[in-house]
Amino acid sequence: MSDTLLDIRNLGIGLGGDPAHEVVKGLTLGIQPGETMCLVGESGSGKSLTALSVMGLLPKALAPTRGQILLKGEDMLTASSKRMRGLRATAMSMIFQEPMTALSPVHRVGDQIAEVLDAHTNLDGKARRKRVLEMMEHVHLPNVESLYYSYPHQLSGGQRQRIMIAMALILRPQLLIADEPTTALDVTTQKQILTLIRELREEQGTAVLFITHDMGVVAEIADDVTVLRLGEVEETRPVDALLRQPKTPYSRKLLQAVPSLIPRPPRKLNDRPIVLQTTDLGMTYESSGWFRKGRSVVAAKEVNLTLRQGQTLGIVGESGSGKSTVARCIVRLIDPTTGSIRISGTEVASISQRALKPHRRKVQIVFQDPFRSLNPRIEVGESIIEGPTNFGVPRRKAMDRARELMELVGLPGSALDRYPHQFSGGQRQRIAIARAIAMDPDLLVADEAVSALDVSVQAQVLELLDDIQKRLGIGLLFITHDLRVAAQICDDVMVMQHGKVVEYGPAATVLGDPKTEYTRALIEAAPGRDWDFGNFRPVSETMAAMKQQQS
Amino acid sequence: MLGYIVQRILAAIPVMGFVALFVFLLLRLTPGDPAAIIAGDAATPAQLAAIRERLGLTDPIHVQFINWITDLLRGDFGVSIISGTPVINMIGSRLEPTISLALTTITLSIIIAVPLGVIAAWKQGTIIDRLVMAISVVGFSVPIFVIGYVMIQIFAMQLGWFPVQGFRSITEGLGPFAQRIFLPTISLTLLYIALIARITRTSMLEILNEDYVRTAHAKGLTDTRVLMRHALRNCAVPIVTVIGIGFALIISGVVVTESVFNLPGIGRLTVDAVLARDYPVIQAVILLASLVYVVVNLLIDIAYVFLDPRIRYQ
Amino acid sequence: MSTQAAPSGGSPSRIAQLREIVFSSPIVTFAALMLLLIVLAAIFAPWITPYDPARLSPGTRLRPASDAHWLGTDAFGRDLFSRIVYGTRISLAVGIGAAVAAVLLGLAVGLIAGFFRTLDAILMRVVDGLMAIPNILLAIAIVALSGASIWTVLVAITIPEVPRVVRLVRSVVLSAREEPYVEAAIAAGSSTWRILTRHLLPNTIAPLIVQGTYICASAILIEAILSFLGAGISPETPTWGNIMAEGRIYFQINPGIIFWPGLVLSITILSINLVGDAVRDALDPRMAKRGIDR
Repeated sequence: MSDTLLDIRNLGIGLGGDPAHEVVKGLTLGIQPGETMCLVGESGSGKSLTALSVMGLLPKALAPTRGQILLKGEDMLTASSKRMRGLRATAMSMIFQEPMTALSPVHRVGDQIAEVLDAHTNLDGKARRKRVLEMMEHVHLPNVESLYYSYPHQLSGGQRQRIMIAMALILRPQLLIADEPTTALDVTTQKQILTLIRELREEQGTAVLFITHDMGVVAEIADDVTVLRLGEVEETRPVDALLRQPKTPYSRKLLQAVPSLIPRPPRKLNDRPIVLQTTDLGMTYESSGWFRKGRSVVAAKEVNLTLRQGQTLGIVGESGSGKSTVARCIVRLIDPTTGSIRISGTEVASISQRALKPHRRKVQIVFQDPFRSLNPRIEVGESIIEGPTNFGVPRRKAMDRARELMELVGLPGSALDRYPHQFSGGQRQRIAIARAIAMDPDLLVADEAVSALDVSVQAQVLELLDDIQKRLGIGLLFITHDLRVAAQICDDVMVMQHGKVVEYGPAATVLGDPKTEYTRALIEAAPGRDWDFGNFRPVSETMAAMKQQQS
Repeated sequence: MLGYIVQRILAAIPVMGFVALFVFLLLRLTPGDPAAIIAGDAATPAQLAAIRERLGLTDPIHVQFINWITDLLRGDFGVSIISGTPVINMIGSRLEPTISLALTTITLSIIIAVPLGVIAAWKQGTIIDRLVMAISVVGFSVPIFVIGYVMIQIFAMQLGWFPVQGFRSITEGLGPFAQRIFLPTISLTLLYIALIARITRTSMLEILNEDYVRTAHAKGLTDTRVLMRHALRNCAVPIVTVIGIGFALIISGVVVTESVFNLPGIGRLTVDAVLARDYPVIQAVILLASLVYVVVNLLIDIAYVFLDPRIRYQ
Repeated sequence: MSTQAAPSGGSPSRIAQLREIVFSSPIVTFAALMLLLIVLAAIFAPWITPYDPARLSPGTRLRPASDAHWLGTDAFGRDLFSRIVYGTRISLAVGIGAAVAAVLLGLAVGLIAGFFRTLDAILMRVVDGLMAIPNILLAIAIVALSGASIWTVLVAITIPEVPRVVRLVRSVVLSAREEPYVEAAIAAGSSTWRILTRHLLPNTIAPLIVQGTYICASAILIEAILSFLGAGISPETPTWGNIMAEGRIYFQINPGIIFWPGLVLSITILSINLVGDAVRDALDPRMAKRGIDR
């Protein structure tokens, strides 16, 4: 193992450098030159901290407690800060999750790349500019001459991440650390960035330490995989071996939690009553200025959908597709500009807030962020009964019902007098679901309700939603950017792009046999689409097995 | 960009309009007869009538307001009730000490406070940081006139380095001018240093936690470079904003400082006018001070265009 | 990785929280002790002062500090110590009165501005206008017109402080109403009043307590400045500013007339500001949490 590029031995990281409060506990891993190692784990696994400690960029509150980080035999933990500065960008580089905040908003992007050259080379201004422009072309940025003088806010998310990559690789370091570099990006952009990283790695022979929580991304990019859990290594394996035969129960559980891209079998619901129907629903934002021309942004246009009792309709799309706008119009958190919304037969699109009030009960919503969707100052029981008491249910009766609901969502009924901060993210999302169904709604809108959750928690919450739907027979409108989630839970799927409906139909048809270019592109961009993670085999083998069963 | 500037200018107009309306109503809405308030308790009916006539208090209130605004826009701020001189002339002759004091204070404060704030943030939690924070909380708390008298006591009376009070125009030579403006500037500047150092430190701490500062470190830049080029540059907007808001503090502070050091500026003029109930003068000074504040903050809004590309290219 | 914003563990009782703030650093403890002393001095002024603050004694004018007069006497031979102790009463009354009045007024206006879009535009222009007038100028104009009494001084000091409170409350309300839990309450059919009082109002309390302490300090300072400039409460009343104003002419003979009340005034304001800062640090988890995130 003498040619190991990065050799982390028994690394510990503790709060304040205290061995008694370790968040990374004796981590060991090695990366060979030119290899891509994925570090995968859920939140709290210590994967990002490990990466930052290699660069010597740990937050002030944390410090290494033990071990060594050897880069070509040199220990990063004992190197002087001057030496570390010299190694950054030349021997090792790092790119981050959020390319918007990782770039300085007040400097031109070209200058930000050139600064690396300024700090580490003796090139003059002209030569620097030339190198930067070459590198920008190398990462496939368009119009590099003019883009050089742009500011980060003028670029798209994908372009910003390309700038970050150009900045990281311009001095051809042997190690690139990528900390969830595609998590904040749309799926089609994610695919492009993954391709770029792979391409540059092959070309420059860069080893990549790739941090991610997404097994799909792992399947796309990894040579070897290290699974982390609560600061400890579960196992390190070549990617194919891990995906086929995970050794530890935790890895198994992680893989099983990844929803399958194969759509669920359709259910027969056509005879059920309709709970939600929209006709030509549209939302246009008008921004008027005194001296600027009033700009109008079409957030959603001509949305027609039908949802029956007990049915799940998924609206999928990338950011800016208008999927959340549709959800918020249906709950009347915003007022649609055109079209009609009928909830169980009642028109609610254009009636006043006062007239709407009696109908509020019928539609409830669960939001994305579990940390903000419950009032932190109010006991969760109070949050759950707020709706029912608004509609005249006596307090005590509402509380009794809340207790039942807590148990229904898998939490102890005795926890009603606790505050939100005493629950984990997944538990809070369960409480938010309990609050929504406390109103006995006909329709439940879930707006990216599982997107902020770790994959194992996500699987549990999805199961809960499915279970509740079966029991209560409500209609479920599921907004998501994640095709896997949509495939697992939805009967019907609507694909939106730039505020317009691209495709709408049964999940099996839309996801299995897409008619439009865009839907096809979306499915193709889904990371790890060739793998059926839950069954530990490639999709092709699953298909073959299914065929065999049928015959 | 041009749209933004025009929009800022237009937004400043209603603010000034409201100030004018408020100043106008202040006299009219105060309980009791405005003329009696101005003239004092010992006024004869004839004197009251004369004051009413001079202030146009006999007209209906909206006519009064329109007349008053029209006069203002023409630059006519009325005449002093006490001396009969046009208010605008009285103010004009008092401008130099006030402007000198304000400018020296602002310049000195920025030169001292910004580096202090930067160092405190960089060395957060160290003795240097604590010292800067101590200076800033003391600067906020010790009233200007207390500092002023302590200064006079030590540096003018006991050590005899500076004259006790008074003012010399800069046209009479830089030496005498500087000698007399020095102590007032020091007294007033402590408050402003406290304000700017504090906001600089807070904004720097916030920005040092930003992702792009981490990126800058990841590029292998030196600490000084990260601090000056990345952190401080991104701090410019909050610092400049607080300098603008602090202008109101400077104006209030000037009134007090001028009284302590006997500087014949606008502040003294105001205090004398208040004691003599010379209402036209009070009105004019408030309008003028507010105008200065609004214009300074307008200029700062426009400066954002140069400091933040997100505003430039919106 | 943890984005847990809520305090860990159960909510500690108010008293425990207060104790934690007071003993957060020796300086804060000292400041709190000074404030306690000042409050006690104000309450028990008649019992701890050796002389009637208004008693004239032409024989003992402008005396320096001595056993008979701890801090000396003023131009009318009145005992400086007794006058300063009585001055505490006015200062505290004005400070607390202005803080309470400004916070309540600002809270009401700020809630309205934050929640009702139509009124917001008008109210904010008024607030901008008021903020454009330097506070001391505004205060002395109000006092000059309506005559000097403790009530007009209180009004004159309160009005310039209100706009800042309005802005604070409005910004808290505006950001809180974007929170999903507020939207969930809207979806649950809660009334506007209920959303205001139950979900939005509690968010304003912590920042308002902090702002209140700063207003208290600022009000005490401005009252002193008004008196000092001769535009405050009538000169016979013993306030710190009045004592200092009288001392101006005799500054070269007995600097103590300005120095002692100035010192007490400075310590009072300093103590309030220090306690205010400590409360802010305790209530604003953002500052304390810095660096532990990520």
